[in-house]
Amino acid sequence: MGNLSNVPLSYYLVLSGILFACGVLGFLIKRNIITVFMSIELMLNGVNLSFVAFAAHWHHLSGQIFVFFVMVVAAAEAAVGLAIIIAVYRTRETLNVDQVNLLKL
Amino acid sequence: MLHLPLFLIFGLICVAGAINLLVQRHPINSALSLVVVMASLAAEYLLLGAEFVAAVQVIVYAGAIMVLFVFVIMLLNAGEEEHTKGSRVALLLGVPGIAIGGVLVAWTLLRHSNTAAVQIGALPGPPKEVARLLFHDFLLPFEVTSILILIAIMGAVVLASRPEAIVRRLRRGEPTQQPEKHELAVAGKER
Repeated sequence: MGNLSNVPLSYYLVLSGILFACGVLGFLIKRNIITVFMSIELMLNGVNLSFVAFAAHWHHLSGQIFVFFVMVVAAAEAAVGLAIIIAVYRTRETLNVDQVNLLKL
Repeated sequence: MLHLPLFLIFGLICVAGAINLLVQRHPINSALSLVVVMASLAAEYLLLGAEFVAAVQVIVYAGAIMVLFVFVIMLLNAGEEEHTKGSRVALLLGVPGIAIGGVLVAWTLLRHSNTAAVQIGALPGPPKEVARLLFHDFLLPFEVTSILILIAIMGAVVLASRPEAIVRRLRRGEPTQQPEKHELAVAGKER
């Protein structure tokens, strides 16, 4: 392994930060509830990247296990969240988050 | 040898997909660019030597979760989003704020990073080692996640199922094109 094959850890962290920032930005500016939900997934992916980068950096596999658990939680969250979106759409017939401001009709 | 160029290529694809997700107005375009982000992230995981995580990323994230998203978008027939006053305020405040924060974080990380570098291939990260860790040290959390998934499945079924009144009307063969709102509310109370 020569020096050229190394990618600095900070590059991975910067990429992960950019992804997380894009997720936060999408959460703020998007008005479609499904796109807001996808922005949350983007944030989770950014965090996962930093987990894997640190796992490789410290030569410890626990980081990859944490990524596994984050994926499990993300899958459960996606299932329940999309079911809630379907229920909201059925009662309100809109996907705009500005018009969904009450918990009950 | 090739790792830095590969990292840069896939990183650029990743960031381009993330920005495209923000720019696109139609949710289906956003979903497809999110698939691009996840696939290129899987390539980044491979570069870091995390084979298992890369495979799971493709199967679970780019496969299962995104199919769920696309399915719901098509089911609800989601159209282009309209801009409102609140979204314009969020755009004006959010974009500069996030840009400043991102530049600060990147500057700090790049400035204070020593020569510490991720040694590609130095980590013993084949699926065998991951499985040993998962089924030995993390056995209890692993079993708990199965309960979590079970509860999530039941919650999704309960939340997405139709209210009883509409199902009854469907069985009777009555028209159910546009269920009245108060009927839905009543059905919600009955349950």
